[in-house]
Amino acid sequence: MKADPKGVLTGSHTLTGNHACAEGAFAAGCRFLGLYPIVPSLEISERFLERAPEVGATFIQMEDEVSVLAAVLGASWTGKKSMTVTSGPGLSLMMEHLGLGIMLETPCVIVDIQRAGPALGMPGRPAQGDMMQARWGSHGDYEIIALSPSSPQEMFDYTIKAFNLSERYRIPVALMSDAYVAHLQEKVVIPPAEEIEIEPRRYYKGAKDKYLPFKRDKDFVPRMVNIGDGYKFHVTGLTHDDRGYPVMNEECQEYNVHPLVWKVRNYVDEIIEVQEAETEDAEVIIISYGATSRAALKAMEQARKSGIKVGSLKLVTVWPFPEKRVAELAKKVKAFVVPEMNFGQVVLEVERCSYGNANVIFVPHGENGVENTDDLLSAIKQAVQADKVESVIIEFNKGV
Amino acid sequence: MKAKETKTQEIQSVPSKKGEIHPMENLLRMDRMPHIWCPSCGIGLAVTAFASALEKANIDPNKISIVSGIGCTGRVAGYVKLDSFHTTHGRPIAFGTGIRVANPKIKVVVFSGDGDLIAIGGNHFIHAARRNIDMLVVCVNNFIYAMTGGQVAPTTPLAAYATTSPYGCVEPPFNIPYIADSSGAVYVARWTTLHIRRLINSLAEALQKKGFSVVEVISPCGMYYSRINKLGDGLDMMKFYHDNVEIRHGEDTKNLDIGFQTKIICGKFVDRERPSYMERYNQWLSDVKGGSRDEG
Amino acid sequence: MKANPTDVLTGIYYIDGDVAAGYGALAAGCKLVAGYPITPSTEAFEAMCRKGPQVGTVFIQMEDEFGSISAVLGAVWSGVKSMTITSGPGYSLMMESIGFGAMLETPFVLLNIQRGGPSTGVPTKTGQADMMQSRWGSHGDYELIAISPDSPQEMFDYTIKAFNLAEKYRCPVMIMSDECVGHMTEKVVIPEADKIEIEPRRFYKGPPEEYLPFSPDPDLVPKIAKAGDGLGLYITGRVHDERGYPVKNEEFKAKYVRRLVDKIRLNKDKIIELKEESTDDADVVVVSYGISSRVAVKGVEIARQKGIKVGALRLVTVWPFPDEKIIDLAKKVKAFVVPEINYGQIVFDVARCCHGQANVVLIPHGGAGVHNPLDISDAIESAAKEDKKIEGVVEFKTRLEKIVFERGLKLKE
Repeated sequence: MKADPKGVLTGSHTLTGNHACAEGAFAAGCRFLGLYPIVPSLEISERFLERAPEVGATFIQMEDEVSVLAAVLGASWTGKKSMTVTSGPGLSLMMEHLGLGIMLETPCVIVDIQRAGPALGMPGRPAQGDMMQARWGSHGDYEIIALSPSSPQEMFDYTIKAFNLSERYRIPVALMSDAYVAHLQEKVVIPPAEEIEIEPRRYYKGAKDKYLPFKRDKDFVPRMVNIGDGYKFHVTGLTHDDRGYPVMNEECQEYNVHPLVWKVRNYVDEIIEVQEAETEDAEVIIISYGATSRAALKAMEQARKSGIKVGSLKLVTVWPFPEKRVAELAKKVKAFVVPEMNFGQVVLEVERCSYGNANVIFVPHGENGVENTDDLLSAIKQAVQADKVESVIIEFNKGV
Repeated sequence: MKAKETKTQEIQSVPSKKGEIHPMENLLRMDRMPHIWCPSCGIGLAVTAFASALEKANIDPNKISIVSGIGCTGRVAGYVKLDSFHTTHGRPIAFGTGIRVANPKIKVVVFSGDGDLIAIGGNHFIHAARRNIDMLVVCVNNFIYAMTGGQVAPTTPLAAYATTSPYGCVEPPFNIPYIADSSGAVYVARWTTLHIRRLINSLAEALQKKGFSVVEVISPCGMYYSRINKLGDGLDMMKFYHDNVEIRHGEDTKNLDIGFQTKIICGKFVDRERPSYMERYNQWLSDVKGGSRDEG
Repeated sequence: MKANPTDVLTGIYYIDGDVAAGYGALAAGCKLVAGYPITPSTEAFEAMCRKGPQVGTVFIQMEDEFGSISAVLGAVWSGVKSMTITSGPGYSLMMESIGFGAMLETPFVLLNIQRGGPSTGVPTKTGQADMMQSRWGSHGDYELIAISPDSPQEMFDYTIKAFNLAEKYRCPVMIMSDECVGHMTEKVVIPEADKIEIEPRRFYKGPPEEYLPFSPDPDLVPKIAKAGDGLGLYITGRVHDERGYPVKNEEFKAKYVRRLVDKIRLNKDKIIELKEESTDDADVVVVSYGISSRVAVKGVEIARQKGIKVGALRLVTVWPFPDEKIIDLAKKVKAFVVPEINYGQIVFDVARCCHGQANVVLIPHGGAGVHNPLDISDAIESAAKEDKKIEGVVEFKTRLEKIVFERGLKLKE
């Protein structure tokens, strides 16, 4: 399906990452925004509100982040593509409803503009400290999809991709950006509507009395209907059978929850997108995502100039983690250098998937500026010099 | 609690004789009967009253969505044959707000308990009333958290016992109609499960009302509240309602506190007009755009 | 320091794990408990409400889980030991304040009786699917300690330990129990007060004008004060300097937030407690925690009868994760078998620490029940036979999965 021209602001613009995200949402067909003001995500809501009347979208500012995600889930069941925008503390408050969204298999998009944490942290400063939270923050078992854009253009593109994935897999999708990308102003090219591919919602079309809200197709994804279409369906956050009715036993728990995990794990090849640069002959590969990949690409060029064979693996989808690709590359390279604006999160996954075949060097990043490459270059030099594989993550420049 | 939960495993549709259908079969999920509520509980009465009110108000059942939270009353959504949502604890009003704002054609009914709506969901309750979101909130008040086994609730009267107030409740309770009134609700009524006909009329009236309507339903909890406080069984509670309820329509909501085994004032207290959220929203839209969205 | 005799309900009891944890908290000197009813953790709160007045512990049931954890944080800064009790959905709601507690270096204990999830899930039955959440659930970088008891006696003992660790490292400590242990009734022996070791709070005792609330001792943990001491405390959740004042400089973040993680990471050896059995010459090691470790005993026994050399490693402290132990064992064994009541959480950390040296087998279980010991013994057997090195976590197909998905079990429709 193609995008609705009403929401697509075709042309070449200079936009901040946040504004590009709002445009991406409109282009993807998002017509409902639940919001609660939090730095540094405000500009997304502001842009959305400004353009909502002409696009025909609805929004509501709720009383807290807890109710925001509840409202978004409710709105999604009326047939409107829905999203919310927040930052770290708000994401923490949304954790319970993230679980509800997963249990009700409700498509929606959660944009998290990460800021330095924990707690209030530094509200205006970029960080990547919520990556593991996006994967593990709600109670119970689930899998999630998380994308990480690194430029305003990608904020536009991957917001659309996030909506498409959420409709395809009936799952909340997290767009994990950060304050740096969100406030970065760059050229954003918005293509004509007919060039934007949109995943339509997978509706049930059969007889009204035969509808089972959680009857899974072969790809584990059940079909949806809208509130008010006359299906009189019931859904619950309790463990449920195909009818959506609660059944409290071990068998039903297996029947209900295992496919929630499968519907992502079995389709990782379709979901995962990575961007590789010069990995064929690389001795050292920088694995990065979001804003840090800007520094990574720069460091790669600088290192290549000084004769070190460095490649870059940029994770567009951070969750599910591209296990296979990292494992393949681990066999070819000496080391992975992982810059993150936190104290070690995705680097643990890199360590897990390199199976002892390559060193893993973690570079806590961003203290000297997000696009500063000094630490990265030193870490790369350290990586090339090492002659054996260490059994732990080597933390670059660790000081107390 | 275990015993209660396991009952749901034995879902069987009720066999019916040929041609004989339950008068409410089109509004209730007969395939889920029997329900999980204990003997002497009043929630079933509240549900029946609601179903009757739906018929009476003559609203298209396809255009109504019912949202519940967690708790005994939280299970109501599962037994009513409408588009029904059993959501998280305390958040049905927020969930319903999303539904209503995204699709103003849908009438939202939030059916939940006192703990769910007034304790953990208290913030959403006052804010939805302030916004005047078009929804009917049915709050079944049994003075206790019954699903988890009888803990003190924000409505538990002073000095009443609960498992987490083993020496008597020391917190003054909320007066639900007063909160609703002062937060901006346009329709506020209170009935007990004894006053079924009045309750039905009130619910039907509230269903047709535009804006945030609240109907509090005082219900007996024979399993926990009555037992811990030695108040007898469901019938004793009904007798108590019979002897101690005073109907005072239009009473100032300030005077509606409920003490431990004291007089309960019932009636319709508030019935007024205020622009609803969607009306103001459309006003705003027409100001900026010169057009408006469909009003439900 | 020894426990206060009035706090300790010395005697021999026949109680469930929830109640034992409540008594443990009282013995540890917990003087405020704030909670909100949620199955299956309510019994612990109820027990503390019943016995609280007897030992001078205040209880308050707050309006929601946000309220209860915030009350706990406040109580700690007023100078008392404090704890809250919850289960999965309530735990998700507490996520923001857990990060807040970690940032303020507030020593408190949280008892999470896990149930089947996600969302409302199966409220009355067991699960172990909040393990990763306990480590990663709040935004930003922090480290905390999580303990997983496997019997009512341990619920008592480790609740005391949890309080001690919290005071020692000034960080939130999670007791990650589950419904099975919480509702399991067994003999619990509560010793005399003088046999219970209590870590006193590290109060600041110097001159008031020199007090810096976040200036660390050599072990990276600062001294704590309380409201009302005349120290003019200012405490904020923003990134702060030693005085507790907010700063806006990235360097400060590196310095101060880093200490939050380092005070746990560098003291790991002192914190971690493991229970190891016959791992010296084992071919296969079963790594488990909480209720799964009790079920695993039977599975290991069956496998040993078949002549397989099986060792068992039980994680008493799950976080911080015992990386070094797994790295060591991985060099010696063929495979790790990890039974968990979830679809893979701790197993990923086991796999991470293996570095490709040993295979890792996950025995999943969705919750609402525990593993079939035969699944565990079968998984051990096939892991022992496997000679190939397999990359990634191997998911063992359980009997339950086969019943539900292959035989097309009709869920009553």
